Amino acid sequence: MVTKSAKQAIGQRFLAAFRDAGAVEVAPDILLDAATLLDLYGEDIRARAYVTADPVRGEVVLRPDFTVPVVRAHMETGAEPARYCYLGEVFRKQDHGETRPEHPRDNEYLQAGFEVFARDAGADAEVFALFHRLLTPYGLSATMGDMDILLDAVRALPVSEARRAALLHHIWRPIRFSRLLARFSAPASPRALPDSAAPWTGLRTGSEMEARIATLSMEPDEPPLPAVWANRLTRLFAVDAPAPQALAQLRELASEIPAIVEAVDRLATRLDQLAARGTDPVAIRFAASHGRETMEYYDGMTFTFTAPHPDWPPVASGGRYDALTAQLGAGRAIPAVGGIIRPGLIAELEASC
Amino acid sequence: MLKLGVPSKGRLMEDTFRWFADRGIALSRAGSDREYAGRVEGADLSLVLLSASEIPRELASGRIDLGVTGSDLVREKLAGWRSDVREVAQMGFGHADLVLAVPACWRDCESLDDFAAIARQFRGTHGFRLRIATKYHRLVRAFLSEHEVADYQLVDSQGATEGTVANLTAEAIADITSSGETLRANHLKILPDALIHASQATLFASQKTDAKAIKAFATQLGL
Repeated sequence: MVTKSAKQAIGQRFLAAFRDAGAVEVAPDILLDAATLLDLYGEDIRARAYVTADPVRGEVVLRPDFTVPVVRAHMETGAEPARYCYLGEVFRKQDHGETRPEHPRDNEYLQAGFEVFARDAGADAEVFALFHRLLTPYGLSATMGDMDILLDAVRALPVSEARRAALLHHIWRPIRFSRLLARFSAPASPRALPDSAAPWTGLRTGSEMEARIATLSMEPDEPPLPAVWANRLTRLFAVDAPAPQALAQLRELASEIPAIVEAVDRLATRLDQLAARGTDPVAIRFAASHGRETMEYYDGMTFTFTAPHPDWPPVASGGRYDALTAQLGAGRAIPAVGGIIRPGLIAELEASC
Repeated sequence: MLKLGVPSKGRLMEDTFRWFADRGIALSRAGSDREYAGRVEGADLSLVLLSASEIPRELASGRIDLGVTGSDLVREKLAGWRSDVREVAQMGFGHADLVLAVPACWRDCESLDDFAAIARQFRGTHGFRLRIATKYHRLVRAFLSEHEVADYQLVDSQGATEGTVANLTAEAIADITSSGETLRANHLKILPDALIHASQATLFASQKTDAKAIKAFATQLGL
């Protein structure tokens, strides 16, 4: 049994390393306004966050992660470039479905984090190399993904604007995405929507419905997406190999999907930058779809470091989340990349060896 | 002696009494209609009458060994319900479906796929997530998450849920229905491929109770 103070001590060690890497320490509140988080993350976060009521502030949540408060604080006062670090507890409900596991995950645990707000293209490599250097002693496996490449490939599909928007929106939901892709790849038959004698009710208006029906009525005129495209996407999404091999596979795919050339070039540059910072790309597994399993607002590089315990969550995770700052900034986007380490899991690893 | 919890009133209590009577165990209220104690003949059992919604919690804590309640309530109220209780028998009455219902005037909504598309459109147009009124938060969330529906939020509604759409406090509802009558009266329609849970009255046993005692009782019931 690892004590809380041991975990705290390890967290302090990472915090010191983040400070040495040029970050300013910040200490966001534990009680956060619920509305922002719920709007951003939806029901996923309500299922996991402790929501409680404050008689003055209304609904508040116990901090489920640091990203949102750090981004908000930066938007209010900070100037780019900026590097922040933090150490503190996050709180997550663990609702495991029908049967509770013998060793349930922690409801509260420490996160040590490092976030960079900078327009510098080298920031991705800076963050990844730092995490890799700090975590190398623990024998973790590093996995990298890149949503940029996938999003560019979907943007380039020869489909209508409406179809493209639907696919881009659902790229983080694999079942819904593949259903849409299958539907768009087949000829669409006209839908005979029934008339309704029911009186209008609810906030959604009749003209909203007519707008959607108009979009639906265009569907049969849409040429089916040629099968070769679904095939290309499937092969792209399946790329999963040590980074140099994955890069070679992506280069080959880029000859069929020219729209990903630039994003693949950026990945190549990032791998070169990592090598220059002493991180051997061969030691990184690159999985193209890695980011599809992460939070929706990671829209560039994503990464996790995992321990060889199948039932453990990642020991560290992070990525680029420009889409989140755009959402929070109401139009004002700040390039942002960062990650967190769970000192508690590192403490368990140290205790077991 | 095993302790059995039964819903304290109405149709569910009467049907439960009949179900046990068919299996040779006579349950009845002791004394007046207002007294929540029960009498048992034909089994070494004590009977307590409780609100159906409290039975899951009482089973989980082991304060009762056996209990009759809706399978929807057990799944909603007990996170990891299989760790707390096990099903002894589905009793074949008290059928009710937990469904997703939308305004009947939505001609363009015939399936969960339509619903997902409408939620995305609604969020884009109105700037907030489409609201679903329900009291079954965990069941509804788990169902929509499994089917990868995004762009919605749950709003709590503990009663008169069908009225929330007309009151503009929700765009859709998830609630229990047996005949669909109240839904129709409120100009709502059920999404055919969004049956969240088909509930019925079920005899549950607490995981805290000795499994052999439960087995013996089940044998007496002819199960």
